[in-house]
Amino acid sequence: MKILVCITHVPDTTSRIAFTDNNTAFDKTGVQYIIGPYDDYALARAMELKEAGTANEVVVLNVGTAETEPTIRKALAIGADRAVRIDSDPGSSLFTANQIASYAKDNSFDLILMGRESIDYNGGVVHSLVGELMGIPAISPVMLLDVTGTEAEITREIEGGKERLKLALPFIAGCQEPIAEWRIPNMRGIMTAKSKPLEVIPATDVSDGLSTREYSLPAPKTGVKMVDAENVDQLVQLLKNEAKVI
Amino acid sequence: MGILVYVESTKGSLKKASREAVSYGAALDSEVTAIALGSGHNQDELGSLGANGATKVLIDNDATYDNGDSNQLASSLNKAAEQLGANTIIFGTSPATSAVAARLSVKMGSTLVTNISDLPDTSSGFALKRGIFTGKAFETVEVSSEKKVLVVKKNAVDLKEDGSEASVENVSLVEGGVSFEHLGQELTAGDILLPEAEIVVSAGRGLKGPENWGMVEELAQVLGAATACSKPVSDMDWRPHHEHVGQTGIKVSPQLYIAIGISGAIQHLAGVNSSKYIVVINKDPEAPFFKEADYGIVGDAFEVVPQLINALKAAG
Repeated sequence: MKILVCITHVPDTTSRIAFTDNNTAFDKTGVQYIIGPYDDYALARAMELKEAGTANEVVVLNVGTAETEPTIRKALAIGADRAVRIDSDPGSSLFTANQIASYAKDNSFDLILMGRESIDYNGGVVHSLVGELMGIPAISPVMLLDVTGTEAEITREIEGGKERLKLALPFIAGCQEPIAEWRIPNMRGIMTAKSKPLEVIPATDVSDGLSTREYSLPAPKTGVKMVDAENVDQLVQLLKNEAKVI
Repeated sequence: MGILVYVESTKGSLKKASREAVSYGAALDSEVTAIALGSGHNQDELGSLGANGATKVLIDNDATYDNGDSNQLASSLNKAAEQLGANTIIFGTSPATSAVAARLSVKMGSTLVTNISDLPDTSSGFALKRGIFTGKAFETVEVSSEKKVLVVKKNAVDLKEDGSEASVENVSLVEGGVSFEHLGQELTAGDILLPEAEIVVSAGRGLKGPENWGMVEELAQVLGAATACSKPVSDMDWRPHHEHVGQTGIKVSPQLYIAIGISGAIQHLAGVNSSKYIVVINKDPEAPFFKEADYGIVGDAFEVVPQLINALKAAG
């Protein structure tokens, strides 16, 4: 079984978010980039399936510029066999999904795993878009995934709980905890990652009908109103009469 | 323009996010058709979407939709959009809608915009503001295509409540099967679902152990709130995973978020920063959460929370 794991290259969750060029570009100054936290779950589950003998190849894919290669190498260090970078600065979910779908449809994967959402644009739609473009099911958010032969059993989160589903391969899963434990590359992994193949392929043209006008930050809180711990009645009055939320 | 709004019900009652999506549509055009799919809707309630701005409501109550197959749902919506000549389809954000919206946008060949936090700016073109970086920033995007699929966040628009009853029409749109087999469902107890809740009472490691959650649940009950927790708390299994609010958990946008014994790490704030009002109760006056709060109490949760419960009960 061949697994494709799609990863995003995103600012660390603790990054300060700021913009430059008259608020038309993300300010990358001092920002640490990581594999998207949800994508990390997808990759970890793919590695578990490979170690169990269920999968024999794990290919990692990123849609990005050459800047993302250290992130891709990290995924190779965690254990992916080879990598593909589709050379482009991804503009929208639809653009990214088209790149993934056009690569995947020519390379017969049995399973395509990715995070439930990226943590930069949070669209949470790339898995479904790829599924629609390829004409296969896409399920998200997936909490557990097991493969037997040509079928998989999964647990997905639904409103107010979870449900178990059974479906035939191939399909796409948008992953989240507790599908697998995050992995940290070891020294041997880091060394072997340097010599693993990383293929760069050109992007296809996609018209998504979208363009960025500007970025902005939320208005800062105007300051907290402190209430004495001995006087919680005052908090109740504030919530009732000032905020009018209770 | 032709506007179609997809509406959902929880436990037989229409979601507020769906009503808001209808009001969002009504702000764009005077003709708004709402559509409900599946057997989980209360047919008598659907007409009340008129108050929120719908002129007509379509219902296809075929039970196969209840499986939640996004492809089947999107196929029917695509068919309805074609029949109505609708080119703008609106969804309220919910765990199930983004997958349906995504598939529909490909079927229609439309532009897809998610996490929309405001009405469009139509002063020049059609520009939408959407949340990015898990609520830490916004992007304003210009949409150039005629066909649009829009997924709207909670509180993006004021709920319209002054319209008249809408006409309700039964339709049959379903075709094709479901791509998976259901093996079972596990629903958690509790009447108020976290993503839907108007008030959320959330607690963190400051509570010291799962045995101390009684007062959190009682406070939630007094307020008619849902309960939530921070990531360390769900990681330690003090509380179930589906209560975890934050960067990698559920993102909430209630009217009121009460954080008890949560320091306010940036990853937690990412899940709560679109709450309207935030109350922080923490014994550490330096807790970063106070900077993001509207009201704060520095004090021991084990003393403050029971007093707050009593004060709320006394105030009625």
